[in-house]
Amino acid sequence: MDTQALWLTLKLATVTTALLLCVAVPLSWWLAFGKARWKVVIEAIATLPLILPPTVLGFYLLVLLGPRTSFGRFWIHLTGHPLAFSFKGLVIGSMIYSLPFAVQPVTTGFLGIGPEILDAARLLGASALRTLYAVLLPLTRRSLFSAAILCFAHTVGEFGVVLMIGGDIPGATRTLSISIYDQVQDFRYAQANHTAFFLLMIALIALTAVSSMRKQASRG
Amino acid sequence: MAEEALLQARITHHIGGLHLEAQFHLSAAWTILFGPSGAGKSTVLRILAGLMTPENGRILLRNRLLLDTAHRVSVPPGHRGIGFLTQQPALFPHMSVRKNIGFGLVRVPQKERESRVQEMLSLFRIESLADRMPSRLSGGEYQRVALARSLAPRPALLLLDEPFTGLDGALKASILEDLSSWLSKSQTAVLYVSHDLVEAFQTKAEVLLLEQGRIQAQGDPSVVLAQKREQLLRQLTAAQ
Repeated sequence: MDTQALWLTLKLATVTTALLLCVAVPLSWWLAFGKARWKVVIEAIATLPLILPPTVLGFYLLVLLGPRTSFGRFWIHLTGHPLAFSFKGLVIGSMIYSLPFAVQPVTTGFLGIGPEILDAARLLGASALRTLYAVLLPLTRRSLFSAAILCFAHTVGEFGVVLMIGGDIPGATRTLSISIYDQVQDFRYAQANHTAFFLLMIALIALTAVSSMRKQASRG
Repeated sequence: MAEEALLQARITHHIGGLHLEAQFHLSAAWTILFGPSGAGKSTVLRILAGLMTPENGRILLRNRLLLDTAHRVSVPPGHRGIGFLTQQPALFPHMSVRKNIGFGLVRVPQKERESRVQEMLSLFRIESLADRMPSRLSGGEYQRVALARSLAPRPALLLLDEPFTGLDGALKASILEDLSSWLSKSQTAVLYVSHDLVEAFQTKAEVLLLEQGRIQAQGDPSVVLAQKREQLLRQLTAAQ
């Protein structure tokens, strides 16, 4: 197996999962408890990566992160190099691509908490922040774990977005799924088989963990 | 509105088919908000507690302005000096009894917080349950803990929305006894929602009669509820 690609994949999945949870918690809070009428639009946008072809998402991100947009130019002005074809670019792409896998379980977890619990926290003078960390997060820890596992596994297996934004640069943007593609192109089927089996196991373990957590949650 | 009153309220609100238009004051230590189901009792309590904002309203507690919709003033719940115990109070399921009771005391210094929690545990005779989780409490124990949690921040007014429904008579009497003991020590007044005529007479509290969203009468139960009592007696006699 391509160990360089393995470490890069694990690094990408870890960073993406950590950052995505930081984004998903406040976004899910707003989606679950916000009163804005247009939140359905944001909800749809946050779900879009589930049905959008990864190449479409990758194409738009490539354009957005490149030097043709003001954001891309601003980034180059700030750092001296473009986001596209870099690890940071991959992280941004992966975060957008895996967004629904973080937002949906966390939002469902928040919605599952009875309004009387939230009323109790408000009546006892808890601020929104304290309600979040002292009440909501502990009560939705299983949803948070599910979100983390799904994001990690989904990022490990992503191909289209990574290829579009990152290309195939060894050590910088070549992940395991790109590595399989290269191995097949080079007729190295035995190596491709090892890599594919590894990715299959990660996906299977992740789904087993999520399913077991759901069963535990339903048992109370 | 009476200036010496503990609480003065004027509320106008539409919710579902109910048009609530209530103006009242509280002066007694115990007041029963009496009325049939759907009269708007729970809505009044939710508005007083700050969980709902009425279309129009003005609320003062001990001459402190809590709500004035005309001037966009609304003190958030938890900062109003009002405790609220609903029919189905929710303890935080991931916290022990001790932590639940201490939850509303975050702004109280650590030492005082601990002694306040201990005081509540002792007052409601639940010291032995201090480290127990809510899922392992009986119905009566659960209500005692919820009551202790509502009273721990020492509210000026406690709102009770039929919280003891479903408990047997002896248990309810025992909890009410503990509550009365606390009220005699503290200066907490109670607004107690009920649609039980016998209960209204038993507690000898002042009664606010709410029907179809309007306060119809306020005063001693023997006067305010005389007509309803006669009606009930007639029904019982006819049934015999």
